[in-house]
Amino acid sequence: MMEKKLKTSTKVWLTIIFILIMGFLLWIANRTFDDYKLRVLRLIAIYGIMAVSLNLINGITGVFSLGHAGFILIGAYTAALLTLTPEQKAMSFLFGIQPWIEKIHADFFTATIAGGVMAALFAFLIGWPVLKLRGDYLAIASLGFAEVVRIWANNALTITNGPLGLKALQEYSNIWWVYGWLLFTVVFISSLVYSSYGRALKAIREDEIAARSMGINVFKHQLLAFVVGAFFAGVSGSLYAHWLTTIDPRITTMGPMFTFYILIMIVLGGLGSISGSLIGAAIFAILFEWLRNLEQPFTFFGIQVPGIPGMRILVISVLFILVMIFWQRGIMGREELTWENLYKWFSRLKREGEKS
Amino acid sequence: MTETVKSLQEEVKAGEEFLLKLDHVTMQFGGLIAVNDFDNGVKKLELLGLIGPNGAGKTTVFNVVTGIYYPTKGRIIFDEIDITPLKPHQITHLGIARTFQNIRLFYNLTVLENVLVAQHHELSNPDADRILKKHGKPPKNFEKFWFWRAVSKLGYLKKEKKMIETAKELIERVGLSHVMHEKASALPYGEQRKLEIARALATKPKLLLLDEPAAGMNPKESEDLMEFIKRLKNEFKVTIFLIEHDMKVVMGICERIIVMDYGKIIAEGTPEQIQNNPKVIEAYLGKEWKNV
Repeated sequence: MMEKKLKTSTKVWLTIIFILIMGFLLWIANRTFDDYKLRVLRLIAIYGIMAVSLNLINGITGVFSLGHAGFILIGAYTAALLTLTPEQKAMSFLFGIQPWIEKIHADFFTATIAGGVMAALFAFLIGWPVLKLRGDYLAIASLGFAEVVRIWANNALTITNGPLGLKALQEYSNIWWVYGWLLFTVVFISSLVYSSYGRALKAIREDEIAARSMGINVFKHQLLAFVVGAFFAGVSGSLYAHWLTTIDPRITTMGPMFTFYILIMIVLGGLGSISGSLIGAAIFAILFEWLRNLEQPFTFFGIQVPGIPGMRILVISVLFILVMIFWQRGIMGREELTWENLYKWFSRLKREGEKS
Repeated sequence: MTETVKSLQEEVKAGEEFLLKLDHVTMQFGGLIAVNDFDNGVKKLELLGLIGPNGAGKTTVFNVVTGIYYPTKGRIIFDEIDITPLKPHQITHLGIARTFQNIRLFYNLTVLENVLVAQHHELSNPDADRILKKHGKPPKNFEKFWFWRAVSKLGYLKKEKKMIETAKELIERVGLSHVMHEKASALPYGEQRKLEIARALATKPKLLLLDEPAAGMNPKESEDLMEFIKRLKNEFKVTIFLIEHDMKVVMGICERIIVMDYGKIIAEGTPEQIQNNPKVIEAYLGKEWKNV
């Protein structure tokens, strides 16, 4: 049964209109929302970039990497050290500072790019040994990498200011920066995924030996996905740092838990689906903020419940387990929210409506 | 004197005839010699069969040729290039494609995508192209920066369109156009086999290695397959080297057969010669049968 297809030009126009409408909605939100809601709205975009980039590595290429927090941290520190002015750095570095680090300074955009490039560079370097591993071993090695980076940041006092972290960053990550970068990330990665390269990456996920026998240089392609994913992780790290306005290498800020939060987003949305990752990121960001209510004292059916710190993580875990049991492939599975699919679903609904 | 010269010339000529030549190849896994001094080859445009009892080392021969294993001893020459040290993706790029004993499709991709994946090596194998150039053969990807082209779509869409056209044409020729947009996992067994062959053909090979194409097929299906393989050879002008257990298939289509047992070649010849070779009968049925 052949479905009617949409014309390419129609799809392009629909996409342009969609982006304009979203831009308009963001403009309205930017004017009417209060500060707190705007922060969450910006966090959604930052999480979105993280999720889409991890999804390229884990969901599409099938390389189960858990090193994302490491790349985010590298991007965050690189960008933060660039945007801080020499005076600010001199003030906050109590243990002294490397002179060249004190001198360097750049605007936010350059710093973000530099964060991405630095993360990509690290991905390239550690990709060589790590991608020789398979499955669980790769996951553990990449998780170890993220932890090594964090502990390095904790101890390299003259470069990262150690456990004191970097404070008083400008809140550069306004709504246009974060959504601009999100748009760029989604366009870049979906353009990659829906090309011959993307098909090759999916083929590697499906069957590595067959992919190799079809003339695909498996290692090179995995490294490519790893580096591209790390670049956007670095970018999101920069955005995150300038959203939070302070970064430090504590385990709760950018530790391995962070990787698992992103992993939750992409599994929730559907491993291998870009639109799923975005949906997962939005749900996670909103739920995680909303569940803060549980950590304050509240009344539940007339029972006084005292605030329990960390309660929201418990609830999220239970919800996540439920999703895994009843919705094993996540919200979108491997499907994408494309105009084509929407059109198909609507025409199917219409047909069923006509029947009944 | 003149006779030796003549025979020497003949030998050289015979060597040229080979598209793929395994030059005294031995493959050893620890104490097990899986392939022992294999010295034979595939001639241009022939349909060669490789048979032998289970565990004779047939699939190992394929794995050595396609670069999955590195032979312990010997060299492999394909199309005048020494491919012994090359990696699987490079060997595919040079023109050897294969199918697997247990079907290995990209099950979550559609039939069309499966075939398209096999064309990807044209964009992204500069290392293999360098080898082609070094031996004075035309390279496959003429242009560079395909990755950036693919992402920015500048100068890429034309290539993509051409790839899709080629893939569709190929799918039509092998008779799978009715399932073009189905997932590979949704196909019945026989069609999955066909798709695997189509996917191998999409790499534009000079030599096609088929590892037990008729495995798990009923007589009707394997008869269709015989017709299909014969048609392939004529239509695509491709040399075929196949491993098969189904004697009916082997004897029906192969022009020449090599028999292996315990890693060694024990016989070689036309189907008739093989059928009457006492060594082959012994390998398959054992020594005792004469006494029965």
